[in-house]
This record gives sequence, C-alpha cells and structure tokens, in this order.
Amino acid sequence: MAEPAIELVGIDKRFGAVHANRDIHMRVEKGTIHGIIGENGAGKSTLMSILYGFYQADSGEIRINGQATRIADPNAAIALGIGMVHQHFMLVEKFTVLENVMLGVEGAPLLKNGISKARAELKRLEKEYQLDVDPDAPIEELPVGLQQRVEILKALYRGAEILVLDEPTGVLTPPEADHLFRILEQLKSQGKTIVLITHKLREIMAVTDNVSVMRQGAVVATRKTEETTVEELAELMVGRRVLLRVQKGEAKPGGVKLSVENLTVRDSRGVVMVDDASFTVRAGEIVGIAGVAGNGQSQLIETIAGIRAAVSGRVLLDGQIIDITGAADPGELRDRGLAHVPEDRHHMGLVLAFEEYENSILGYHDDPLYLNGPFLDLEAIKADARKKIEKYDIRPSDPRLKTANFSGGNQQKIVLAREMERDPGVLIIGQPTRGVDVGAIEFIHKRIIEMRDAGKAVLLVSVELDEIRSLSDRILVMFAGRIVGERDSDADEGELGLLMAGVEHKEAAE
Amino acid sequence: MSQPFAKLPAWADYGLLPLINLIVAFLVAGLVVLLVGESPIDAAVLMVKGAFGSGDGVGYTLYYATNFIFTGLCVAVAFHCGLFNIGGEGQAYIGGLGVSLVGLWLGNFLPWWLTFPLAILASALVGALWALIPAWLQAKRGSHVVITTIMFNFIAASIMVYVLVGVLKPAGSQAPETRVFAEGGQLPGLGWLLDLVGLSMRSAPLNVSFLLALVAAFLVWVLIWRTKLGYEIRTMGFSPKAARYAGISELRIIIITMMISGALAGMMALNPIMGAQHRMQLDFVAGAGFVGIAVALMGRSHPAGIVLAAILFGMLYQGGAEIAFDMPNISRDMIVIIQGLVILFAGALEHMFRPSLQRIFYRLGRAKNRTAAAAIAGGNQ
Repeated sequence: MAEPAIELVGIDKRFGAVHANRDIHMRVEKGTIHGIIGENGAGKSTLMSILYGFYQADSGEIRINGQATRIADPNAAIALGIGMVHQHFMLVEKFTVLENVMLGVEGAPLLKNGISKARAELKRLEKEYQLDVDPDAPIEELPVGLQQRVEILKALYRGAEILVLDEPTGVLTPPEADHLFRILEQLKSQGKTIVLITHKLREIMAVTDNVSVMRQGAVVATRKTEETTVEELAELMVGRRVLLRVQKGEAKPGGVKLSVENLTVRDSRGVVMVDDASFTVRAGEIVGIAGVAGNGQSQLIETIAGIRAAVSGRVLLDGQIIDITGAADPGELRDRGLAHVPEDRHHMGLVLAFEEYENSILGYHDDPLYLNGPFLDLEAIKADARKKIEKYDIRPSDPRLKTANFSGGNQQKIVLAREMERDPGVLIIGQPTRGVDVGAIEFIHKRIIEMRDAGKAVLLVSVELDEIRSLSDRILVMFAGRIVGERDSDADEGELGLLMAGVEHKEAAE
Repeated sequence: MSQPFAKLPAWADYGLLPLINLIVAFLVAGLVVLLVGESPIDAAVLMVKGAFGSGDGVGYTLYYATNFIFTGLCVAVAFHCGLFNIGGEGQAYIGGLGVSLVGLWLGNFLPWWLTFPLAILASALVGALWALIPAWLQAKRGSHVVITTIMFNFIAASIMVYVLVGVLKPAGSQAPETRVFAEGGQLPGLGWLLDLVGLSMRSAPLNVSFLLALVAAFLVWVLIWRTKLGYEIRTMGFSPKAARYAGISELRIIIITMMISGALAGMMALNPIMGAQHRMQLDFVAGAGFVGIAVALMGRSHPAGIVLAAILFGMLYQGGAEIAFDMPNISRDMIVIIQGLVILFAGALEHMFRPSLQRIFYRLGRAKNRTAAAAIAGGNQ
C-alpha cells in the first residue's frame, strides 16, 4: 500500500488542565476525502492547528507522505504542501481575488512581474479544477461561497497537495454546500488529499471516504464511510445513544402574541438590514426563521427585543405597541413578558468574566427578589442560581465558577434557564444550539418544545436548517432582509434551500 | 478554544506577580543607583529606614499614601466601568475649591468635626461636577474620556492659577495661595494612632483624612461588589453589549460612574489642604492624580490592593526624599526615575512576566500529576 498522505502517531497536547488531544493516531490515505467529526471541544481544531503549525504537540509525531517532520509554523506546513481553509476566511476584503491569492507570495518587491505571473497561474488553476472566479473582483463584492473558493485557490496556488477544511459549510446555503462538495470531489479526482472537519453528520455521509470520530480529545473510532451509519457516528460522538429527530406533538396555536408589521431596520451605515418584514407569532407555536447568516435575522430579533432601532414599522406584544425607536428599555419588555435568548451568547447573553450566579440575574437584576434596597441579596441570588443549575443540569454545578469556564452547551443552558424560568409569554431564541454539544442540543430542543406546549409564543432564528425544520411549526425564510416565503414544517429541504439562496425570489414572495 | 496557558492561582496572580514586578523594578533601579556611583544596598536601607524607621517617617509615608488611595480609587471605579479616567489630577485640583470654600468660610466659626463632613461633601461635589462634563461628552457624543479628561486637567490647572492668583490670594501677599484657615478648618493629626504602636510623630502631616481614605476604600468595595449599581457598572465594563441587552442605560451608568470617580479624586484635596497645609497652595496635587493610575493598575482595581499599592508609593515618595537628602549624587530627579521604573514594571509592563510564570506553573502542575500517577501506580504493585 502507498504511504499515507498524513500519518499522526501518538499526538498529545495539553492546555493547562485541558487535555485537548490524547494520544491521537490517524492515517489519511492519499487521494481520499477524510472526515473528522466530533462535538465542539472534542479537539478537532486543536489537532488541525498542530498539523498546520499553529501549536506544537507535547509529544507524538507527524508523518507527511511517510516522512517524519516537524511543523514549526504555518510556513513549514505550506512548504510541505498542506493548505488550510479556515472557518473564518482570512481574506482582505478590499483586495481583489488576484491580490488576495498572491498575498504573502508576491515574489518580488515590485508587483509588476509578479502580477502577470500570478494571473497566468491563477487561470491555469481555475481551469484545471473548474474553480471559476473573476480575478479582478474585490472580495467584498463576492458571495461567501465564492470567497471560500478563493480560499481554496489560495491554498492550491501555494502548491497544496493536502487541503484541510475547517467547518466549511457553516456559512453556506445548502446549494452552495453541494457545490463545494462537487469541487472537493473534483480535487480528489486530481489526486489531492482532503481533510474535512465538521460536526454535521450529513456532510460526512455525503462526501467522505473515511471518517474519524473524536470525543474528549481522543479518536474513538475510524470507519469507512460506506460501512457506517449516521446513528452509529452520532453515538460514537456523544458516547451514548442520542435522539436525532425531535419528538413533538401537534401544535395547538392560540391567539396572536407577537405581531410584526412592515418592519424596516437599517444598520449604522444606513444599509437596509430588515426590509418591510411582517409576520405574527401565536401562543403555542414555534415560528422558525430560516436563512443564511447575515440576511437580517439578527437585526430583526434585536429590534423586537428592544436593543436596536427600527426605521419604520410596528411591533405589537399582546396587542400593545413596543417602542422600536431605539429608546426602548429591554428591562421593561421583560416585565411585559418578552424573553430573549440572544444569538451572541458570549458578548450579549452573558458576561463571561462574571461568576455563574451573577449571570443568572442579568437583565432581571431590578427584581426586588434579588435585592435588599440598593444592595444585592447574594444569598437569594445564589439560592436561585442553584435551583436553576439543578433544573437545567448545568455542569459543573457551581454558581461561584467563572462563566468563561463553562462549556458552550452549559453556558447556553445558563441563558436558557434565566430566560425560560421567568415564565415569559413570548420567547425569542437566536441560534439556540450554536457551539453546543450534541447531548445538550437534545436537552435544549426538548425545553423549547415544552415552552411551546405550555402555550408560549416562540420565535426561533437559526442558521441550521435542520434545526429550523425539526422544531418549527411554521417556517419563514429570510433573504437580503426580506421575508421571501412561508412554509409548513414539512416543507421540502431543497425548496427552502433555494428560497434561502434568493432564487425564485419573486414567485416565493407571492 | 482553550487558552494556551494555565490560569494562575489567585495568590500568584495577586501576590507573586506584583512582587516579581516590584523586585525587577528595584533591581533595575539599583543598577541606576550603581551607575551614579552610590551603593544600591545603602540606598535601599536608607529608603526603608526613611519611610518606616521613625514616627515621622511612617507619618509622611501614610500621608502620601492617603493621596494615592483617593486617586487610585478614582481610577479603579472608572476602570470597572471600562472607562479610563486620566483626569484624577484635575478633578482633585478643582476639588480643592470645595475644600477651601468650607475651610475659609465655615472654618471661622464651626469646630473641625462639623467642617470636615461639609468639606468632604463640597470636595466630592466639585470633583464630581468636573468629571461630569467629560462623562456627558462620552455618553452623549462618544468623545473619548481619555482625551477629554487629559484636556480637562489642563483646564483645571489654568482655572486654579487664575483663582489662586486673582481671587483667593490675600491682598498684599506674594505667594499664590489662600490665607491660613482658622482652627475650625484644620484637621487633627493622627499622632495618637502612631503612639499606639509606640512611634511618636512630631512634624509629619498625617491626619484624619487617612482614616477617611480607608473608609472610602471599604465603601468602594461595597459599591462595586455588593450593590445593584456596582453590578451594572461591572456589566458595562465587561461588555457594553450585555449591558444594552440587560436594559442598563449606558448614559446613566457612564455619568454616575464618572461622577463617583471624580468625587473620589476631589476628596483627595482634603488631605493636603485641610490636613497638612491648612491653606490651598498652587499645584498642591503634585502628580498624585497620575500616580493613582499606577496605584490602581498595581492594585488590580481592588480597594485592598489599592491601599497596599498606595502605601508602597508613599514609601517611595518619603524614602526617596530621604535618599535625595543623604546621598549627594542622587538628586530629586533620580528619585523620580526610580519611581518611574516602579510604575513601568508594576503598571505598564504588568503582564511581562505572566506568560513565563504561567509556563512554570503549568510545568509544576504536570510534574505533580506525574508524581501522583506514579504514586498510584506504585501503590498498585
């Protein structure tokens, strides 16, 4: 058998008390697509950072094409033919495609010769791999799918034989993701080796040849993709059986709790982010807003929650108008029964430097329950926090622990406990399971369904289409700030994908 | 993702790290002393003796420390809100107006224990109002407080020159200062406190405002960690977005915090004016507002740390004066250099040794784990 493209032998890495990678052994065969799947914090990104020279392993060996090597920094990795496509693109927005591709490998102090050479080489690469991009288009004018293509071109331009993609589909619509997979197949057929890091089981099944499952820093299994199933992989990831499908009964919608009429929102630069949006959410139903990140969902829910100012339109909570001029007091909206789980847990929903119990009252710190005159009633707050910790199974169960030291899933549970336990009439939830491990996802989804069944109106925003489809009773699709369609929960995924991509915009709006 | 370094235990973060910074600062300062041909050891002995060796030495050290506690608290309170108030100097200077007003007027017919609370109120109020303008500009217009408070230091200095020379100077006097306050405008010394520990203070100006500074430090602790307002201030300081989400008004919190900060700086004026000189002189703040920044940094914005750091800087001021007096080669300016080095290492380069220290702790932790594992393995045999 040929030498494997990558062979990891006993890679071990600790960050203080965290054992990020435990004695990892992995073989990635040449000319294959190898998936690495695992929950957040399972050690996937650390492992790839070691491969790309960002970190050094404490022990263990990396062999590239059979040769033991030391990868001291990303330059060494590039010299070995390893290319990395990061989850967050490393592109200069104002530069053109060509300028971005040659950034760092200009070849000479004067750009003149370099540019024409780079242009020719880029042409060749585009042709060879069918990666069409206009070399003179500024990055900021390209859709994300094409920006990602530029990242791939950058790696190829530097002579990458091994391409590592870290969560590449997080920012893509389903059609864009399918296109990416076709590109990967094409690259594979040309003999490139591809490592695909993801937490989405579906993608693994769709595109990889082999898959390694990571859990708590260790590789717990490696399988041939065709010989495994989604259920087996999920169980390996979590370490126990998980319910992939959300179990829920029929919705029994009541009266309208939240009503949004012709809402238009601009950002600070004056760009229209929400464009004439109208919809209602009734008691006892979950309305999901599907859309690719950045299409106005964030602005929409922030405006309803009183954090952002609208240009025009009306929002009614229980038939009463909400102040959307930007002068609204989110505290007053809370009193009126509007709870908000924000998308940005790290900066908005929580103060990471606070101890857990301090975050358990954020936004409700005016409640006399937690106060003794102007003083905080620390005993009452901690007792309350302990109750929530128990009910929501927040681990570790220590209200004095700094919030930053909780895992993503447990941080989200802190926010959910705070917002749900106030028994709100309307619950707005943004990205309920972003950065949350599979085990916690199950729990969070159950709680959201329980809220619905208790007669609450739930407005759900998520970039995970699967999540929207499995939780929502009605689905609204947002594209470029407009609500371009409404579908039932059993809507066809392909159709939703097209709506999210803005295709058939006109027909869908009717 | 995880931090690449282990978190330090609290005692190392708040005790060991400042100590290392301090030792390095003194080593470098020792080199400077060596360079001008004096013995660093002798200088160190002189400094410690000068600062703590006699009743008067201690009295002066704590007198200076009093100033730095107030200005350090001023910087720290604003810092908890994410604001960098560099205007302590000007707020303290202007605060002197409040103190002088009470001292010049009420001091004539009220006893000190009645003028004192009134002077506290007046100085705090004037300091707070002086901080209100930059606070308003920050909250309403987004003008950065760092810039505006620096500018307000200069405005305060000019106003005070005008007021002292043009308004408050007694007719016929050549000195830019007020007349001496009547007895009711003079704060009693704390000689009795030093008597308790067997030291006698003759000429040092330590006075009851030192006790006020300690009370203020305690109240700041209560404010920041035990009140709803403090909770809101800290939320704003850590994350303005979270504050907005929680319904905390940015305008209100910035203004209140800056006014508390300014009030603390203003109260510093009590110490030199009513406590020591019994009159207001030109430039009585003498840089204490800026030292407060270093004190707050070194004290990690915690009142207990600030009191300790303030005493350290009090020692540098008092002990430094003794060195300058006894060592002919070391001038007053050399002392400023040494103080500057301490500020540099303890304040500006605060985190220089942190990564190495973290690495050491990480190694130690690993070695410990290994021995523990070996012990277990050994036990199994």
